[in-house]
Amino acid sequence: MSIADMGLQVLIWALEILAIAVPIALGVAYTTYAERRVIGWIQVRQGCNRVGPFGLLQPIADGLKLFMKETIIPTKANKYLFVAAPVMAMVPAFVAFAVVPFGETTLFGFWEEAHVMAIANLNVGILYVMAISSLAIYGILMAGWASNSKYALIGAVRSTCQMVSYEIAMGFSIVCVLIMAGSMNLSEIVHAQAGGIWHWYMLPLFPMFIVFFISGCAETNRSPFDLPEGEAELVAGFFVEYSGMWFATFSLAEYAAMILISLMTSIMFLGGWYAPLPADFPVIGEFLNAIPGTVWLLAKTSFLIFVFIWFRATFPRFRYDQLMRLGWKVFLPWTLAWIAVIGCATYAGDISSSLTWVSDFIGYWQPWR
Amino acid sequence: MNLIKRHLKTWFLWELVIGLSLTGRYLFRKKITVQYPEERTPLSPRFRGLHALRRYENGEERCIACKLCEVVCPALAIEIESEERSDGTRRTTRYDIDMTKCIFCGFCQEACPVDAIVETQEFEYGSEKRSDLYYTKDMLLKVGERYESQIAANLADDRANTPSDRN
Repeated sequence: MSIADMGLQVLIWALEILAIAVPIALGVAYTTYAERRVIGWIQVRQGCNRVGPFGLLQPIADGLKLFMKETIIPTKANKYLFVAAPVMAMVPAFVAFAVVPFGETTLFGFWEEAHVMAIANLNVGILYVMAISSLAIYGILMAGWASNSKYALIGAVRSTCQMVSYEIAMGFSIVCVLIMAGSMNLSEIVHAQAGGIWHWYMLPLFPMFIVFFISGCAETNRSPFDLPEGEAELVAGFFVEYSGMWFATFSLAEYAAMILISLMTSIMFLGGWYAPLPADFPVIGEFLNAIPGTVWLLAKTSFLIFVFIWFRATFPRFRYDQLMRLGWKVFLPWTLAWIAVIGCATYAGDISSSLTWVSDFIGYWQPWR
Repeated sequence: MNLIKRHLKTWFLWELVIGLSLTGRYLFRKKITVQYPEERTPLSPRFRGLHALRRYENGEERCIACKLCEVVCPALAIEIESEERSDGTRRTTRYDIDMTKCIFCGFCQEACPVDAIVETQEFEYGSEKRSDLYYTKDMLLKVGERYESQIAANLADDRANTPSDRN
C-alpha cells in the first residue's frame, strides 16, 4: 500500500467517524431539548419554547452558556484526574457507536451488494459495545474520587455499584439474543430479524426486552435509577464539583449512552433497520419498505428515547436497597432462567423426538439452524 | 386465584403501565402556562402595584400633607416634608417613596383622606439601578398623570362594589 493509499484510507476513516460523531453530538443536544419539552408537556407546562422557533435553538444556547462559564477546580481536588474524568466518561460513550450498524446501503447503486453502514462491522460487535460501555464507569469513579467531596464520592460509589450489577442482567439478556441470532455481529443480528414484525426478537424474548431496557435505564443512570445523582441526598452526585464545559461533558456522556442503549435495543429486539412488515405484505408492505432503513432505525430509537423520558416523568426514584434487590434478586435469576429455557428449547429436538415441535417452534426465529 | 392475579400483575409490571398511561394522557392535556410577556392574567381593580400621586381635575394636587400615610406605613418607606404655600394651603415639598422598602400593603391608600396616594395596576417598573426605585414627588405625580383614567375607573368600581361601611 502506497503512502497515498494510506492517506486516502485515513481520510475515509476520519470522514466516517465525523459522519457518526457529529450527528450523535447533535442528537445528544436535541435529546436534552426533547427531554425538557416532553417532561414539560407531561407536567402540563410548555417546556423551553423561547430561544428560536419552538425553542429549537435552546440546546445551542445552553452549550454556548456552558462554554463561557468558568471551570472551577476545587483546591484539594486531584487536578489531573479531575480534568481527565469527564473525558474518560465521554470517550467510551462515543467510541461504542463505532460498531453500531445504522442501516444498509448500495450508495445509490454504486456498489453491487448492500454494505452495512457502520464504521467497523465487527464480528464481536456486541462484546465490543458491552466492553466499551462498561469503561464509562471509570470516568464516573475518577470524577467521584478526584473531586475530594463526600457527595461526589458516594455518588460515584453508588453509580459503580449499580452499573456493575445491571451489566450482568444486561449481558444475560444479550446472551438470549445471541442464542436466537447465532451471531455476535450486530448487522447479522438485524439480518436474523428480517421479514416483518413477527420475526423481531421483541416477541419470543419479550421479558428479556423489558429487562434489557430497564437495565439500560440503570446502566445510564437514568431515572428512576438515577440514585448516583439523587439531588435530595447527594446534591448532584458524582459531578457535584464540576462546572462549565466539564459538567456539560458528563451530560453529553449520559445522553450519548442513552442513545446507545436505545439503538442497541432497537437493533437487538426491534428489528434494527427493517420495516415492521415485509415487502411482499399486501397493500402497504411495498410502501413501508420504500422508506430507507436508517429512517426506521432512527424512528425506533427515537421512540425508545421518548420512553426513557416518559419513564423519567412518571416514576419516582428507587431506594438504594430496592435497586440492588431488583438487580440481583429479580433480573439476574430471571435472565438466567430464560437463558436456560431458550437454550433447552433450542436443543429439545435433539434430546427426544417427541419434543421436536419445541425446537421447531423456537427455530422460527433462529435462521442459523 | 388472588395470588395468581397478584403475580401476573407483578410480572407484567401492571402498576407501572397504569402510571405510564396516566402520564401519557397528561402529555396531551391543554397546557396551563401563561406565556407572560404576550399573555397576562387578569388583574383585580384592587391590585396593589406602583404608587401614584393624583391631582384634581383642575390640576391642583390632592395631597394635603396630613402625613397619615407616612405614619401608617409599616415599612417606613414614605417620607414627607411640607410647607405653607402662598395661598395659605398646606402642601408637600417633598413626597418620597422608597420602592425597595415598600411592602405594597396598601395602607397608605387606605389612610389617605383625599385619595391622593393610590396604588396603580402597574407592576413592570423594574430597573437596573437601585436608585431608580426611589420615587420622588415629581415621579409619583407623573405616574398619576399617566394612569389617571385607569385609577379613577378602578376607584369608582371599588366604591360601587364595596359594602357601605367603608364610605
